[in-house]
This record gives sequence, structure tokens and C-alpha cells, in this order.
Amino acid sequence: MNSSTPYIVEIRNVNKWYGEFHVLKNINMQVRKGERIVVCGPSGSGKSTLIRCINRLEEHQAGDIVVDGIRLTSDLKGVEAIRREVGMVFQHFNLFPHLTVMENLTLAPLWVRGIPKKQAEETAMHFLERVRIPEQAQKYPGQLSGGQQQRVAIARSLCMNPKIMLFDEPTSALDPEMIKEVLDVMVSLAEEGMTMLCVTHEMGFARTVANRVVFMDKGEIVEENEPEAFFHNPRSGRTKLFLSQILKH
Amino acid sequence: MAVETMAREPSRSLSWNDPWVRGIVYQVVVAGAVAALGWYLVNNTLDNLQRAKIASGFSFLDRESGFAIGESLIEYSPASSYGRAFAVGLLNTLRVAVIGIVLSTVLGTAIGIARLSSNWLIAKLSSLYVEVIRNVPLLLQLFFWYALITENMPGPRQAANPLPGVYISNRGFKFPLMAEHWIWDWCWVAVGVGTISALWLFSWARERQNQTGKAFPLLWPSLGLILGLPLLAWLFGGAPTKVVVPELRGFNFQGGGSLTPEFAALLIGLTMYTAGFIAEIVRAGILAVPKGQWEAAGALGLKRGPVLRLIVLPQALRVIVPPMTSQYLNITKNSSLAVAIGYPDVVSIANTTMNQTGQAIEGIALIMAVYLTISLLISAFMNWYNKRVALVER
Repeated sequence: MNSSTPYIVEIRNVNKWYGEFHVLKNINMQVRKGERIVVCGPSGSGKSTLIRCINRLEEHQAGDIVVDGIRLTSDLKGVEAIRREVGMVFQHFNLFPHLTVMENLTLAPLWVRGIPKKQAEETAMHFLERVRIPEQAQKYPGQLSGGQQQRVAIARSLCMNPKIMLFDEPTSALDPEMIKEVLDVMVSLAEEGMTMLCVTHEMGFARTVANRVVFMDKGEIVEENEPEAFFHNPRSGRTKLFLSQILKH
Repeated sequence: MAVETMAREPSRSLSWNDPWVRGIVYQVVVAGAVAALGWYLVNNTLDNLQRAKIASGFSFLDRESGFAIGESLIEYSPASSYGRAFAVGLLNTLRVAVIGIVLSTVLGTAIGIARLSSNWLIAKLSSLYVEVIRNVPLLLQLFFWYALITENMPGPRQAANPLPGVYISNRGFKFPLMAEHWIWDWCWVAVGVGTISALWLFSWARERQNQTGKAFPLLWPSLGLILGLPLLAWLFGGAPTKVVVPELRGFNFQGGGSLTPEFAALLIGLTMYTAGFIAEIVRAGILAVPKGQWEAAGALGLKRGPVLRLIVLPQALRVIVPPMTSQYLNITKNSSLAVAIGYPDVVSIANTTMNQTGQAIEGIALIMAVYLTISLLISAFMNWYNKRVALVER
């Protein structure tokens, strides 16, 4: 991707408050098609809130967010249109516990896209193979390990054939040995050119996959740079402090 | 088996310190005490009955009752038997319980959802309803509604007449009914057939969506089936339009349909009381579904309706159904408070019967049998339903 690739997400002067608490302060950020952005920062810095604003799981109160040419307003039609094109993976998976893995994967294609069941199941099977758990298709989420559940959640989003994938701390709730299997899936997704916005503390992932790393603190974007420069020559003192804290071990 | 006994034999030394020996002794003592108490009670009762010259057995059910009953779903007069009087009472109990269960479920669900509303006024009003209704004894509420109807409404001569043919007085609620005609029975059959075909249409539409991915609009066709078929039957029967309007004759209205003050007060009281509890059950059920489920479903692009129907409700129902069973049992058993406001339910009629015949043991036995049967039937149905909606998680 180069400077002529169009923006797919544009965030301009976005502000958000929870009551008196100013969570997002004048956020400006642009994402081009095919770009992979890692957002990091200490807890409470507003990074999750920011990416949850992109598919309007959170409402911003000032500024503009334009996703895939649609401006986010309270208009439900626009929100639904954006959500169809934007996949999201949550920290706690949020699989539907009363449905099998296969039903989790085909639900949205059936009810949102209106795809015939047989075709939806073929697509689902394809993505289950991609995340390397086709044999779990008929099980319930509760029967799977955390890593497997998160991979199902990724496959569930991919079944909608999204243009953008949002990851909200996808590995934070996982045991260490399961983190790798989820990151592997995310890396292969990146290699295929998926546009990704990822909130994560996995600095190794950021280093190898991201085009840009965005560091947030106290509701502001403090620093935004290519991974090489970000990790070796952080400009801001706050970034240095944060990096020294998480890279200590 | 043989090996097991051989292995166990040596360690048994019939000592008081052996829990197995103790267990046997305790059980023999308890069983003996229960049997002795039972024998004493039965013997004592039979003795007293004989001394007081009170007959026992259920032969009184065939005798003429000699008392009138205020309202009945079946043919009944004082010349009918006690058995028939019981049947009248049972039907009256079932009538108020079944209608009450349906209405309180609808009202309770609405209030439960309203309490979760983001609209401040609606949410607060629903909380107020729940708190007031749950904290006032049901008996008091029944008296309130009964007094409201019988004391505050005008007499039949001054009856309120909000719609042509509809009269509200302290004698209850009178309304016009269609005159008798053979086609009405067929219209009800048509409603049944329409409902069944609508259900069939639902499964057909689901199948079609699986095949082609296209959703089938279900609202209008199913409404057409359920309402249109009876309309056709009515037209086929010559479209009778004769209406019987209640008319004031003497001290009360004659003709048309009516709701007595007793039935109305009992139904309103039971429904509103139970709805308060059901509202809390529904609210708890919906709150039991984690917020992440709404978010995940929404993030996939599902609209609010499908999210509620496909994701939230199936998970809420597993929390809602078991306590709901208790509420349905409660409403049925609470309907026995009818005796306080003079609605002829099964308890009220059993009381009258016991007063007249003196056969209290049989009367109480019948009441117990009736409530036990209804309760077990409701439980069995709800357990079956619960099994259907229960979450298969692993």
C-alpha cells in the first residue's frame, strides 16, 4: 500500500466522555486499505474505546468517524452497513454458548447476508480449516479451550467476509501456551492483506506484523510510528516509560 | 456379587460403632414411629366419626347438593349432585388459573422489559409497579379490587355505558354476544386449523431460508391464515350478524355475555400480583445474558430484533423457565383465595359441601387431590419445556 491507496477508516477530532471523564481527546487517525495498525498503551488509556467506536459499540460525542465511505451517526442503517463490513474479535471471545461452532459461524451469513445454509456451511468449514480446527465444528463453545474459542471467534468474523478486522486484546484472556496459536492465525491473516486494527500488548506481533504502532495514554495519541522507529527511537518520554515497563522481562 | 459379600463379610462385626448398623437401627425406629402415629390417627378418626355418627366414604357425591352457585361453565342447578358442584368449582378454578397465567405472563414480560428500558420514566414506573404489587398481600389486593367494583360502580339502573351495548355496574361487566348459530363452532375450528397451518408455514419458511437464503415475510400470511380462515367459514355460514345485547330487566341485565365482579376482581388481582413477580423473573433472565453477547451479535451486523430472538432470548429462557414454573403453580394455588370474595372456585364449593354433609375428610381430600393434580401437570409440562430450552453447553 502506498500513499495513493484510499483511506478506509478516517477518524477526525474525535472526543468522548464518560460523564466527567474524558476518555478520548481529539483523536486523529487514518487507516489505508491493507494497513495493519497496532494500538497499545497502559490500561485506561482509551485504546479499546477507540476501536470500539469504529463499529459503534461505543458512541463518540464529537468529531467524525468515516468507515468505508459511511459516516457514523446515530442512523441505524449506516451502523448496520458498517458492522456488516467490519469484523470484531473480543478479549473474552463472546461466542454464543447455546449454538454449536458451526451455528456460531453460519448465524450472521444466514440472517444478515441471506446466504443459503449449505453455502454458508461450506464457507464456515473453509474458515475452520484456516484456523485449523475443522474437527470441532459440531461442538459447543464450552467444550473448547480458550485458544480454540478465540480462533472460532476469528473464523466467525471472517465468515462475513469483512473489509476490516478489529481485534480488542484478543490474547489477553488466554493462557501463555494458547497465545501463539491465536497470533499465528492473525499473522497469516495479515499476510493475506487484511486491513487490521489491533489493540494488543504482544510487542513481538507488533514488531513483525504492524505497519504502524499507535501509542495512547490518558485518552490521547502520544506517538504514532513505524515499528522499527517506535521500538528503537521512541520520541516521547511516556512511550519510553511504557516500553521499559512492558519489555523489562 | 459373591466376591463383594465375601470381601465385606469379615469387616462386619455388628458393633454400635459401625455406621451401617446404626443406619439400619435408626431407620427401623423411624419407620416404626411413623406407622404407630398413622395407626393412632386413623383409629382415632374412625372412632370419633363413629361416635359422632358421621358417615364416611364418597357416596355423598351422588346426592343432591341443594345449593346454588353464582357462575358456572356447565349446566348446574341446586338439584344437581355434589359431584357436579365439584366439577363446576374445578372448572371455575381452571378458568381463572389458565386465563390468569396467560395474562400475567404477557403483562409481566412487558413490565420486566420496560424496567430495563433506557427511558427513565418507563423504567421508574415499572419499578414502582413491581415494588408496590409485590409488597402488598394478595388477599388485601383482592379485597381492594372487589370493593372497587362492587362499592364504587353504579347500580344496574345507572350503569355506565361506555360503548353501545356494554354496561359496567356493580353487578359486573355486561357486553353483547353474537346470537347462537351453528357456524360459530366451525369458526373456532377454523381458528385452530389456521393456527396449525401458520405453524407449518413457519417451519416451511425456515426450511426455505436454509435452501435459498431468502427470508419469507411471516407476519401477514400467518395473520391471514389465523383470522382469514374463520372469516371464510363465517361467510360460508351465511354471514350471520344477529347480536344479543344485554337489556335491563328488573334489577339486573339479561342476555349477552357477562363477567361477574367476583371473577373480574379475582382475575385482575391474581394477574397483577403474579405479573409483578414474573416481571422480576424476566428482568433477571435478560440481565443474566452477558453484555458481550449483545455486542458480539451486533458487531456481526444483526439487527436488534434477531439479536433478541436468536441470541438473548434462548439464553434468558433457561434462567426464566424454572422460576416461572413456581409462579404458575402459585397463581393456581392462590386462586383458592377466591373464597374470600365469593368466587365459586373448588375450595369455596368444597367448603359449602363440608358444611352441609359434615364430611370434612373427604372434602379436604378432594381439594388436595385437585391441587396436587393441577400442580403436577403444570410441573410436568414446564419441566418438559425447560428441557427443550435448557442450554446445551458441553
